Formats: sequence, structure tokens, C-alpha cells
Amino acid sequence: MHLAYPAVLAALLFSVGLYGVLARRNAILVLMSVELMLNAVNLNLVAFDVWLRDTLHAGQALTLFTIAIAAAEIGIGLAIVLMVYRNRGTSDVDRLRDTSETDDETPTADGTPSADEKAEATA
Amino acid sequence: MSLAAQAAGHGFLSPTGVEIAFLLVGLVTLGAALVTVTTRQLVHAALWLVVALGGLAVEYLLLTAEFIAWVQVLIYVGSVVVLLLFGLMLTKAPIGRSPDADSGNRPVALAVALAAAAALVWVVVDAFRTTWIDLDGPAQGSTRVSGEILFRHWVLPFEALSVLLLAALVGAIVLSRKKNGEEG
Repeated sequence: MHLAYPAVLAALLFSVGLYGVLARRNAILVLMSVELMLNAVNLNLVAFDVWLRDTLHAGQALTLFTIAIAAAEIGIGLAIVLMVYRNRGTSDVDRLRDTSETDDETPTADGTPSADEKAEATA
Repeated sequence: MSLAAQAAGHGFLSPTGVEIAFLLVGLVTLGAALVTVTTRQLVHAALWLVVALGGLAVEYLLLTAEFIAWVQVLIYVGSVVVLLLFGLMLTKAPIGRSPDADSGNRPVALAVALAAAAALVWVVVDAFRTTWIDLDGPAQGSTRVSGEILFRHWVLPFEALSVLLLAALVGAIVLSRKKNGEEG
């Protein structure tokens, strides 16, 4: 099989995941896009491992490790998202701007006042 | 010499059956991934993610990485997507279509993703135009081979990874506990 097929598919999947990470607003959808990017990397690892006929099969071993790390990442990420949702009442990543650099605290047109969110978070 | 010989041996324009299958499954996978990142129904995004990850499992099978394919099905389709669905439900995600699924920087994200895709595809195609994977012979990723490799050469990273998984488990439990003890 031509090596370009899996390599191009992995590159396109990575770009799709990149778009999702940048464009999505819900934190869980961002996590899904991260999973897509990790899977693109896995496909590359497997394809190059099969191509190189590595005696240690480093690509496949690293793919298994990546899958395990992705499982850990999704567990921790979901725990953080659920905690944020419990404290703030939202899991939209662009509403969580406590550490943004702008001086004015005025919320955007759709936002609830940030002072309330902070009070809710510290309560 | 080698380029022409390899091209004659493999053929640019006469794909093998495995290549055709890989291409078709790859198109399905890519389409499912695109729907995952663009749909406005949050639960549908998780379900399309199942299609994308299952398609990738089929790609692993086509690349003769059998064990990885089943691990992919077990871990990703079996647990990660279920966790994501639980997360969607616990954050009270709307079931119907939600108009604010995409944030305001969508055009910028599209531009960045298209630029990344163009650059990556260009570089990858340019670099691997004349390389072929030899899929003949014994399967390189059968369960027997994977197990031997993993427990003969990769034992220490494997154990370290189990410690990491334990730490992640404990961390997730600590993060998601309600702090009743502190506040009475």
C-alpha cells in the first residue's frame, strides 16, 4: 500500500481536529476534537511502524501508550469540565475569561455579569 | 532508477484492493470527523465520533495492526465515547440543535485548519511519493507479536503508564468529589 494514503488521512484528520479545538465553544466538544487529533497521531504511528518493519515495534507500543494516555486525559478533562460546570453553571470555554488580559470587566453581549460568576465560584 | 522501477512495480494508477478499501474507509472516517466538529447537535457529535473512531479501527486492521484495532474499539468506542456522553448529559447539554455550539472565532479556526491541512498534505505527499508499505508476509501487529514486544522490550514504560493511569484515576475522583467536609 502506498504510504501516502495513511499519512494524508492522518494529516487531514489532524486538521479537522484542529478546527474543532479552535472553533467549538462547548468544552466537551473541544475534548472530542482533541481525541480526533490524538487518533491522527496514532494512525501515523501505526502506518510508519508497519512501513519500517521495526523489530521493536516502537510505533505500535507507542500507539498503545497514547491510547492509555488519552483515556487518562479524557477522565481528568471531564472531571475538570464537570467541576467548572458545577461552579460556574456553564461549560463554554469562551465564557471562562477570569484570567483574560482586558482591563474592563464588562461582559459580552450574551454573558451574565462576570462578578456574579466569580461570587458563585467562590461561594 | 528506483523511482521508475518502483512506480512500474506498484503502479500509481492501479491501486490494489487494500488501497481502495483504505481509501473508502478513510473517506467515511474523514466525513464522520467533519460532521463531528461541525454539527450543532451535541449528542450527534459524540455519535459521529463513534463512526470516525470505528473507521480508524478498520484502518488499523487494513494496516495489519490487529491488536491496536481491537484496543481502539474497546477503549475509544467502548469507554471514551461513553464518558463523553456522560459528560454531555451531566452538563445538561441540550438534546436538540444548539445554535451556539461554535464560538465567534470560527473563520479564523477555518483558516488555520485549512492552512495546516494544506501544508501537512503538501509536505507529506512530497516526502512519501515513492514509498510503499509492504503488507505481505506475517501480520506485524497480531496479538502475539504485540504482547511479546510489549512485555519483552517495553515493560518499564508499560508499568510507568499504569502508575500514570492510577494517578489520573485518583485525580479524577478527587476533582469530582463534593467538598462536603470543608463546609460542614
